[in-house]
Amino acid sequence: MNKTRVLMLATALVLAACSKQGANNATPTIKIGHVAPITGDQGHLGKDNENGAQLAIEELNAQGVMIGGKKVTFELIKEDDQHDPKQAPIVAQRFVDAQVAGVIGHLNSGTTIPASSIYHAAGIPQISPSATNPVYTHQGFNTAFRVIANDIAQGAALGKFVASQLKQGRVAIIDDQSAYGKGLADEFEKAAKANGIEIIAREAGDDKTTDFSAILTKIKALKPDMIFYGGMDAQAGPLASQMKKLGITARIIGGDGFQTPEFIKLAGDNAEGQYASQPGSAKDKMPGYAEFDKKYRARFNLEIQNYAPFTYDAVQVMVAAMKKADSTEPAKYLPLLPATDYNGVTGNIKFDANGDLQNGAVTVYQVVNGQWQSVATIAAAAPSP
Amino acid sequence: MQQVLNGLVVGSMYALIALGYTMVYGILQIINFAHGEVMMIGAMVTISAINLLIGAGVHLPGPLMLICGLIIALPITMALGWLIERIAYRPLRHAPRLAPLITAIGISIFLQQVAVLIWKSNPRSFPDILSHEPIDVMGASVTGVQIAIILLALVIMLGLLLLVEKTKLGRAMRAVAMNPPVANLMGVNANRVISLTFVLGSALAAVAGVMWAANYGLANPTMGFTPGLKAFTAAVLGGIGNLGGAVVGGLLLGLIESLGTGYLVPSEYRDVFAFLALVLVLILRPSGLMGERVAERA
Repeated sequence: MNKTRVLMLATALVLAACSKQGANNATPTIKIGHVAPITGDQGHLGKDNENGAQLAIEELNAQGVMIGGKKVTFELIKEDDQHDPKQAPIVAQRFVDAQVAGVIGHLNSGTTIPASSIYHAAGIPQISPSATNPVYTHQGFNTAFRVIANDIAQGAALGKFVASQLKQGRVAIIDDQSAYGKGLADEFEKAAKANGIEIIAREAGDDKTTDFSAILTKIKALKPDMIFYGGMDAQAGPLASQMKKLGITARIIGGDGFQTPEFIKLAGDNAEGQYASQPGSAKDKMPGYAEFDKKYRARFNLEIQNYAPFTYDAVQVMVAAMKKADSTEPAKYLPLLPATDYNGVTGNIKFDANGDLQNGAVTVYQVVNGQWQSVATIAAAAPSP
Repeated sequence: MQQVLNGLVVGSMYALIALGYTMVYGILQIINFAHGEVMMIGAMVTISAINLLIGAGVHLPGPLMLICGLIIALPITMALGWLIERIAYRPLRHAPRLAPLITAIGISIFLQQVAVLIWKSNPRSFPDILSHEPIDVMGASVTGVQIAIILLALVIMLGLLLLVEKTKLGRAMRAVAMNPPVANLMGVNANRVISLTFVLGSALAAVAGVMWAANYGLANPTMGFTPGLKAFTAAVLGGIGNLGGAVVGGLLLGLIESLGTGYLVPSEYRDVFAFLALVLVLILRPSGLMGERVAERA
């Protein structure tokens, strides 16, 4: 009993100290949270996101941003959700407790969605650079935004592409049962059927599967023209290799989850000829991509994996709204986010009523001579309800 | 036919890992949950070693390169196995049985994080040194690596059986399994035998890890967890502590998984199906399919 009381007193004191410090700070430091899987088999993607955000923060600090008549310094609070839906709300709560002004993240739809209700309850704006599952922005949360086309657009574009450009009629679908993979596969299935494609099988592994031999053997017997995979590169790589081993000649097509250099590394020769899409314009057609790529390489000495330009833009969009509101308080700048009109690295960013990206294009890429090359850019379908 | 082959390949890998679990359990009655991580370290070290050899301009036929890589990786994992036993299990030999279980999980998390520090968390692709051209066997396609996996699992099991039944070390192992203090009194150095068991088990894990990585073409720091769990299931299925049982359990689990998902249930239910088999065996035959009297464990 006594111990508990001491503990409570101590906690109260610490809390008091914290809030005081926040009020008295002369040169205010504004905390922005970034979260992605930094460890685990998607660590390379998560780190890529984090680097994109870090680059934006460093540039903003170097430029010097004036808000409320004072020069403010931004600080990126980095967290790791291990692409685990159970971990995401815990990280979200830590951000809320740390009183961040806004959150950039999460990377995966499976983590973004459960975390979004916590940010919403706390009134903290959240911009995901890469979560594409439609549900995220369709929960009625005014705090949820994304700077990437959602999977309704991506699935529709892929369905159209397979039917009209590749002219394939029999497609088998495999997904990883994650919110992203399954969601994208569902949207693709709808669009494919609408375009007259026959879906001959619907199978699933999970986001740790490395052995697809049983699934592929089953599919091989059905003689597919193409295999759609809804999932990430750590699974798509072995999937491509195992198709070769089983003598399946059909090509793989999928979404942004494996449109990465890592996929080519993992699948080796078997990556050749495979297709994957990426929301947004083709990288070589993104207005600021070449310059961003140069800056990124100079700062981190790494190749961009995938979403770094999107996290960079997400930070810029958030700070632009803060500048316009002349405040870093979530309650003050949040109402200005929906009116965003920002020309970023990835293109023009405007939100629709849900917080989805307006006019998001989707680009389909193919591996040619061990490199991803854009094959077609498809304008997104009209935003869905 | 293809599904049967798929099952045999996966099952043989489970069996290789399960042998390590079962050996340690047979002697100490503890479950070395860090076994899956030793397997991962074995795979990662081999990949690094082969890349180093390629970088140094060594060009040998694929299988030879693999063996060179293994020769470098084996002593490292064996030393690791020895260290794990020394640090995490020996001080707790007389502690309640829950304690070594917890240190095992601790060691496994520790090794995973160390691997993330050394090799980063993204998957490493296996160097492209082995042919993945499919060979046609009675209408089913297999690769050379997959055939090697099946043969290796059988050869290693036979080798281990010979070791346990016919050699002096094997006799010492059986003695320690029966009763460590009495074995000690009889002039068997129980600590040494236990250390050797761990060293041997870790070597097996490394071989399994390398075959796993060669077959799927990649390895990452978290790769040990799922196979570790599955192999543990296989060991229990076959009767933990029994060498033959581990192989039978592994093959059976592989076949159940591939035939089950191939013909019976949707692929999402693969793991459900595998663990359902485990539950059934445990209900009907609590000591596993080939579980024997405790005294005969080795």
